[in-house]
Amino acid sequence: MKEANAKAYWSANIKLIMGYLVVWFVVSYGCGILLVDVLNNIQFFGFKLGFWFAQQGAIYFFLALIILYARSMNKLDECFDVHEQ
Amino acid sequence: MDVQLLTYLFVGASFALYIGIAVWSRAGSTKEFYVAGGGVHPIANGAATAADWMSAASFISMAGIIAYVGYDASVYLMGWTGGYVLLAMLLAPYLRKFGKFTVPDFVGDRYYSSVARTVAVVCVIFISFTYVAGQMRGTGIVFARFLEVDVNVGVVIGMAIVFFYAVLGGMKGITYTQVAQYCVLIFAFLVPAVFLSIMMTGHVLPQTGFGGTLVDAQGNDTGVYLLQKLDQVVTDLGFREYTEGSKSTIDVFFITAALMCGTAGLPHVIVRFFTVPTVKDARISAGWALFFIALLYTTAPAVGAFARVNLVETVNETAYEELPGWFYNWENTGLIGWVDKNGDGIIQMRGGDPFAGKPSYEGSADSQAARGEYGQRLVSNTPTDNESEVYIDRDIIVLANPEIGNLPAWVIALVAAGGVAAALSTAAGLLLVISSAISHDLLKKTFKPDISEKQELMAARMAAAVAIVIAGYFGINPPGFVAQVVAFAFGLAASSFFPVILLGIFSKRMNKEGAIAGMLVGLVFTFSYIVYFKFISPELNSAENWLLGVSPEGIGSLGMVLNFVVAVIVCKMTPPPPEHIQHIVEDIRVPRGAGTAVDH
Repeated sequence: MKEANAKAYWSANIKLIMGYLVVWFVVSYGCGILLVDVLNNIQFFGFKLGFWFAQQGAIYFFLALIILYARSMNKLDECFDVHEQ
Repeated sequence: MDVQLLTYLFVGASFALYIGIAVWSRAGSTKEFYVAGGGVHPIANGAATAADWMSAASFISMAGIIAYVGYDASVYLMGWTGGYVLLAMLLAPYLRKFGKFTVPDFVGDRYYSSVARTVAVVCVIFISFTYVAGQMRGTGIVFARFLEVDVNVGVVIGMAIVFFYAVLGGMKGITYTQVAQYCVLIFAFLVPAVFLSIMMTGHVLPQTGFGGTLVDAQGNDTGVYLLQKLDQVVTDLGFREYTEGSKSTIDVFFITAALMCGTAGLPHVIVRFFTVPTVKDARISAGWALFFIALLYTTAPAVGAFARVNLVETVNETAYEELPGWFYNWENTGLIGWVDKNGDGIIQMRGGDPFAGKPSYEGSADSQAARGEYGQRLVSNTPTDNESEVYIDRDIIVLANPEIGNLPAWVIALVAAGGVAAALSTAAGLLLVISSAISHDLLKKTFKPDISEKQELMAARMAAAVAIVIAGYFGINPPGFVAQVVAFAFGLAASSFFPVILLGIFSKRMNKEGAIAGMLVGLVFTFSYIVYFKFISPELNSAENWLLGVSPEGIGSLGMVLNFVVAVIVCKMTPPPPEHIQHIVEDIRVPRGAGTAVDH
């Protein structure tokens, strides 16, 4: 039972990580690099959108991702009863 | 009060603070010396990580590089922040659960092999020394400019301060001084940025001023966006558009990846996450670290853009004799050089280099004979045949910003203290990693396992002292290739540590044969590629000769891919790791049961 629990916990964690890393990839490599020329046609306040992602936006998303991941993991830890006491 | 006196006061006060903290937080055990007893609050650890991470280069050079290359500098902005996402999700919490002192500790234990441990130790020492030489030099330069002492005297003062708190306090001393240093450096970076932002765009936040419209001297909105104006001004002068890049997409992609994975694999960053009390704290501490770093990293591109506009408006088409004082000061320190190609006494800024390389002068700054018709220092480099006349070193953008923007004297003094804080905090973190690699991984774990804790602590202190002396030596006699070898640190970290640690956590099946083979292939490939293009045949270092169009700066990502592939293939062909190793992996994946912490 204990081993099955640890396995389920681990695969739930992997799923979370995968989801967050997709966003991580899209906001930096996607919007900031691969699609930068396309997005630069869109004006976002005084910025070209692609340029904004590369020099500002990606960093804000990174920060949000870490905070959300830390929160979901805290919940996951409790849910599978593996949290620190 | 004059700038000089204020600067002495600010820098002196910050030193007194660091020494005070060092005395208060002396280390009494090896655990305190290596990982601060594991009892550092996650927010404090975040601030310390940020100070550790942001070096003299981030503080002094980055905004300047952005100001000159525009979009191309995005690789640094994304690369040096995106790595924290990888750290928070893929490495930090599990390494904290593992609960040892160093990165080679993990590599050696997880791969049950002293060969793996030794390879890791060599990488740690090489990466860290590459880095630390630059920091010592940075301290010297800040001293030289602001306190008017010799660069070498500056390096020695820096060494003495670091010696005091790193040798005495170990990780514990370093952590709390780094928290203080973070406060000094971020304050010093933000104050001039906010002033400039208000002056140029009317926005208090540089991050929104960056996308705002310019205001004129009376504070009236001109309706022209800063970036629009910037693109306009620089293309008029024959430069490339600021918001467009010049590097190929594939190269930008690979450089960003190498910097991200390199960040996540740098030993002095990883080791900071050994110092927090719990696994939960390790995760959120990475978030705090990125928050503190982002304060500077989202401000820097705004500062770069403000500075570029300011610089062009102040210097271009101005007579040499009518320039503001900072121009002459920096010309005297050798970071500005002007050749009056058309003989009109007026400075023309145009696209292209005015002459090849950095300026060398006819004589010293004091010599009247070595000055031209208008009082400028005569440059002895052969001029190029374009219209561009002035060389302004990127490094002065941040340091001269307060002067360029006419800010009060105390702001200038503050920037000096900030620059010194940035250089010292990073140097200290690196020196600690070097000393623990020697005293813990080599001495205790490899050569003399029977030494007592007291002896090990003594050895750690001695190793730190020796490392400081060596770093100081490199600071005073910088090897000519310092700038080139920075690519090494990230490339090697990305192609060695990052894959090995990642596989060690996420693959239970990964064995020592796979890990060692992968690490060696990644290392040798990355190392030889960089050496080939940077040292053996620098004349071939251009896009058409690069493998897949990837520059030496980005090659670490390919090395990393090779490392992964080789490790997985070799692992499939060799026996699985022993039972107890598989249990270790199972154990580090769950948070419960992380080692106890020492309260501070």
